[in-house]
Amino acid sequence: MAIKISATEFDPWQEIQIYQNSALRAGQFGATNAFIGTMRDFNDGAEVKGMTLEYYPGMTEKQLEKIVGEAQQQWAVLDALVIHRVGAVLPNEPIVLVAVWTAHRGDAFDACRYIMEALKSKAPFWKKELLVSEDERWLAANTKGYKTD
Amino acid sequence: MIMSIKVRYFASLKESLGRSEEEQAFGQPLTVREVWQRANAGKPLPPHILAAVNMDYVDLDSTVQDNDEVAFFPPVTGG
Repeated sequence: MAIKISATEFDPWQEIQIYQNSALRAGQFGATNAFIGTMRDFNDGAEVKGMTLEYYPGMTEKQLEKIVGEAQQQWAVLDALVIHRVGAVLPNEPIVLVAVWTAHRGDAFDACRYIMEALKSKAPFWKKELLVSEDERWLAANTKGYKTD
Repeated sequence: MIMSIKVRYFASLKESLGRSEEEQAFGQPLTVREVWQRANAGKPLPPHILAAVNMDYVDLDSTVQDNDEVAFFPPVTGG
């Protein structure tokens, strides 16, 4: 398992490949499920030109490790990689990567979904958006993750 | 016995209070909610605020110990 907090832009595709090559044995895994969250340039009816991601150093990593541990108890997870951006983020930059390696697809889909949803509700990160209008606003809460309009 | 507690605030709560952390000394065992009240002159805890002690989520009615780090913050919005 690896948990990384990144203050600079990261390439999720490259990170998946590097981690897979270093931490997993070829032939051991039959399924890889990855979720990548990318910053949009719109949110909640406004044009967004940037955001700042704050976190709680120490607690954020502790909660992410706990979440991945919970997934490992429920599904047959061989390994998992979680990377999350902090600091100043621009539209089109990756915010989060959750990648899960398993022998079979069901465990990979379910564990990845579980980690991502738990991260959304429990990992201490907070987004402050900078709008094109120059207004700033803290996001009040995460949504359920479906298009609603 | 004097208990020394570190109190931390994050995100919009930190901005509205105008401070990020402080050391507080208390002469008796307190709940997390009482720590908030002592640190904020009796001001009610804003709705939806979450609390952690030593980087684990806790109920507001749980008790703090000497040298604990207590944190208050709004709902999380990462991912």
